[in-house]
Amino acid sequence: MNARVASGAVALAVLIGLPAVLSSYQLSLLTKMLIFGIFAMSLDLLLGYAGLPSLGHAAYFGVAAYTVGLLALRVANNFWIDFPAGLLMAAAVSALFGLFALRTRGSYFLMITLALGQVLWGIAFGWRSLTGGDDGLPSVPRPRLPLPWALTEGVPFYYFVLICFALATGLLALVVSSPFGQALIGIRESERRMEVLGYDVWRYKYVAFVLAGLFAGLAGNLFVYFNGFVSPSYLNIVFSASALLMVILGGAGTLVGPAIGAAVIVGLENLISAYMERWVLVLGVIYVLVTLFAPSGLVGLVRQRLGRSRA
Amino acid sequence: MTALEIDALSHHFGGLTALSNVSLAVAPGERLAIIGPNGAGKTTLFDLVTGIIRPSAGRIRLFGQDVTRLPTHRRARLGLARTFQITTLFPRLTVLDSVLLAVQGLDPVRFTVHRSRERYGHLRERAESLLADWGLADRARQVTRQLSYGEQRQVELVLALAGVPKVLLLDEPTAGLSPAETASVVEMIRRFSRDTTILLIEHDMDVALDLVDRVAVLFQGRVLAEGSKDQIRSDREVAAIYLGTDDA
Ligand SMILES: Nc1ncnc2c1ncn2[C@@H]1O[C@H](COP(=O)(O)OP(=O)(O)O)[C@@H](O)[C@H]1O
Ligand SMILES: [Mg+2]
Repeated sequence: MNARVASGAVALAVLIGLPAVLSSYQLSLLTKMLIFGIFAMSLDLLLGYAGLPSLGHAAYFGVAAYTVGLLALRVANNFWIDFPAGLLMAAAVSALFGLFALRTRGSYFLMITLALGQVLWGIAFGWRSLTGGDDGLPSVPRPRLPLPWALTEGVPFYYFVLICFALATGLLALVVSSPFGQALIGIRESERRMEVLGYDVWRYKYVAFVLAGLFAGLAGNLFVYFNGFVSPSYLNIVFSASALLMVILGGAGTLVGPAIGAAVIVGLENLISAYMERWVLVLGVIYVLVTLFAPSGLVGLVRQRLGRSRA
Repeated sequence: MTALEIDALSHHFGGLTALSNVSLAVAPGERLAIIGPNGAGKTTLFDLVTGIIRPSAGRIRLFGQDVTRLPTHRRARLGLARTFQITTLFPRLTVLDSVLLAVQGLDPVRFTVHRSRERYGHLRERAESLLADWGLADRARQVTRQLSYGEQRQVELVLALAGVPKVLLLDEPTAGLSPAETASVVEMIRRFSRDTTILLIEHDMDVALDLVDRVAVLFQGRVLAEGSKDQIRSDREVAAIYLGTDDA
């Protein structure tokens, strides 16, 4: 545990120092990595801890992004209203979707979360007057906070995202180490056994589902500010599948792994910056490589190496 | 008062009648063996009592309280625990983490989200003392699936004991074990608190009769005979149907 806190502190120190050496373009890429790190960690709570493979996690990310975008554009660019509203909507939609999704297990869960996500995508796509349809909502302004630095600048915005990232990581790490989080692991390993041991399994899964939605919403909030733009693609299956891949690539059930997976995928996406189809192909290849050569992800690979050199 | 009362319980799987009008009553602290050939409905009976499946007809009462419609976890909180015929442990968790989950399951902190479990020392103390009590302390850090099958069955019993159950259902705890392993599991069960009411499904007649006060014989989903050990030993119908087919 202490080693983990120490390495967390080192990582944080590096992240605090990086703006000094990065170009503004690189810094914006790093900002994006942190945002997707939050997104991937939120999904890890479901996939890695509770054992629930959601293929619709973009729903909560996208709902938050649309909420913030719409409020900032149409109502008021007030951080203290828009930001909590984004979180609240993400939590509310996951609380609703969880009622349906958690009636199922395994591949049915995968399909129903996908279907629910597609419903939202359809709404965002079809309801042009509200969402701008395919064109999305352009020119979403960044919030004005009572700070000496403007979040429209790259460095202050990076630090703003870093604070959110650090808070999210700390909170999620606490959740997974708590009795609740440990129970999720037990549920992942054997649901029936947990029932017999006195756990209300449904309630644990439901709370995990809503928490995961809430943190995905945090990532969505940040991303709409980052991009100044929101479109239906934030809600679609490719987005959800990328998140799933970030988790698997980094190492499900390790929390830090998915954040690393997110950085790798975001970095690759930036390198390739290709058409949608080619990107999906790349994701597919990564998936195959990971399942073949690193089934427990990058973190698993590193642990294996360390274990071997120690032995 | 009865600890467990099973009243005219029936269960159908589609067209198959697994249990038909089964009634049993077990007194507090009593130990009852349930014997019968494969497919007699013994495991189905435990699944019904623990709420894993719901009966087609009949009632189940725990210490007088009707639990027929109660979900599994609520029955556990009333003091009901069980082991499974097919070991369903937490294969990738360490023995200590598994026992911690069992200890935590009936503890008020089980749903706490905002504090690390390591801050709750009493959970760990209880888990470690359980493992020490049952001779598994040196296995605490091992991953469950790396244990021998016999040790896994012992862990299974410890998980069931963690919540200090009032009624404990044991489904073939010695199945698939070597004679030596069987002996150690039997020894363990013998050491269980006399306050714990035990229902024991056991394939091996000698093991069963060694551990219990009373025996019920299930056959084709019905209670064929019920009585003291001597009554069952001398029951000719039991000898014909159960012992005749199984006691080679
Ligand atoms: N989930 C199930 N679906 C359909 N049939 C089942 C199921 N579980 C058990 N059965 C059937 O019910 C009968 C009783 O099974 P079981 O209770 O496992 O017997 P026992 O434990 O006495 O060997 C058997 O005929 C078995 O095939
Ligand atoms: Mg059975």
